[in-house]
Amino acid sequence: MPDNLLEIRNLHKSYGEVEVLKGVDCSMKQGDVVSIIGSSGSGKTTMLRCINMLEEFQGGSISIDGQEIGYEMAGGQRRRKKEKEIARQRALTGMAFQQFNLFPHMSAVHNVMLGLVKVKKLDRDEARTIALKWLDRVGLLARADHFPGQLSGGQQQRVAIARAIAMNPRLMLFDEVTSALDPELVNEVLQVIKTLAQDGMSMLLVTHEMRFAYEVSNRVIFMNQGLIGEEGNPRDMFHKPQSERLAEFLKTSGFS
Amino acid sequence: MGYTLNFAAVWRSFDDLLLGLALSLALAFGAILIGAVIGLCTAFGLISRNGLIKRPAGAYVSIIRNTPILVLVLFTYFALPQWGLRLGKIESFVFTLALYSGAYLAEVFRAGLLSIPAGLREAGLAIGLTEMQIRTSIIAPLMFRNILPSLSSTIISLLKDTSLAAAIAVPELTFETRKINVETFRVIETWMVASCLYVFTCSILAALMRIVERRLALPR
Repeated sequence: MPDNLLEIRNLHKSYGEVEVLKGVDCSMKQGDVVSIIGSSGSGKTTMLRCINMLEEFQGGSISIDGQEIGYEMAGGQRRRKKEKEIARQRALTGMAFQQFNLFPHMSAVHNVMLGLVKVKKLDRDEARTIALKWLDRVGLLARADHFPGQLSGGQQQRVAIARAIAMNPRLMLFDEVTSALDPELVNEVLQVIKTLAQDGMSMLLVTHEMRFAYEVSNRVIFMNQGLIGEEGNPRDMFHKPQSERLAEFLKTSGFS
Repeated sequence: MGYTLNFAAVWRSFDDLLLGLALSLALAFGAILIGAVIGLCTAFGLISRNGLIKRPAGAYVSIIRNTPILVLVLFTYFALPQWGLRLGKIESFVFTLALYSGAYLAEVFRAGLLSIPAGLREAGLAIGLTEMQIRTSIIAPLMFRNILPSLSSTIISLLKDTSLAAAIAVPELTFETRKINVETFRVIETWMVASCLYVFTCSILAALMRIVERRLALPR
């Protein structure tokens, strides 16, 4: 097994003429909790979405446990892997979205079960047991039969996290998961993430919650204009920023 | 005018009208079942980014929608046999009506598909579902709920459109009514009863669809 869980090398991504990632290098070890901070448009969400191929990328490579994600070389040509293979690789990661994206026609427990049944091919009873276990872990066992429309934003987000993590991913990706929440609901979601981090789950979080990034991560990455501006442990990053850019960003985002 | 209503003659042939109505319903349901499959495939074609799929789908929809249905019915029944495709009256009509409803349903389905947030597909992809699994487990069930109101009016229109089968002598409700009218000369009574049967059946269908809508409504 290779040293690094996640290895991103020279990642390039453009939307037409606009280059949003200009050669990002980044790696993570098993059990790392890494927060990505930076102003909007710096490329942090795009980088996250490249890791599970929700975005295509034009150059560089991403690998998880040494497996190249998304593309392969064939006869000197870089080409997209087959959809089945990409689907299988996507299951290596779990993702929670800003907008929760729960399936509105399924109860909480069925949301969590869907991937277990369709992707992991578990039988329904087994899937249900696992789903209920994870709903319990996020504090929503009592809401298992509620539909997304009957849950608060914070509860929906916790179900969405349970849905992702029940698939037993190698790495969890969190994409601004508290940005769409009312302030009083942010904490319950952060609490769940914190517990997962303590359990040793490897995760990569794009977040605007500086205080949370400071507390939960063992490394912080500051992205600036499509490149990694600075990275290090949270204490150094937040208290002794090396670059003016980061110092300025921390000031404007209210971290003191 | 001195026309006295007398329904006795119509009642004597009422069984024929009911059989005709049953056939009308069968024609409509046959057409909508096949049409729904055609329509769903076409709708995915219409929103496809691949021109080789999108263009034929678009062409099918605009050709069918810009041709009067009676012309399609006559064309299939009288013209296609010249090219060697000989169908029975009923098969020919169901085929035409399916093709016709498929084009309308494609537009209904397309609107339904576009109303589904892209994030749901991404959430499906993120847990490792394939595009096909996402379509069957997430997109289709949600789309179906979204379009129930327009689906219900399409079904009712189709039931009424089955009256065009009379033009190729399919013994459905309108054809039977005309036959009884000719045999009995009770013009007002026969057409009045037939109209009532259409109104009654369509109302029941609409009510059934409303029940389905309510059953499938998402709890909130």
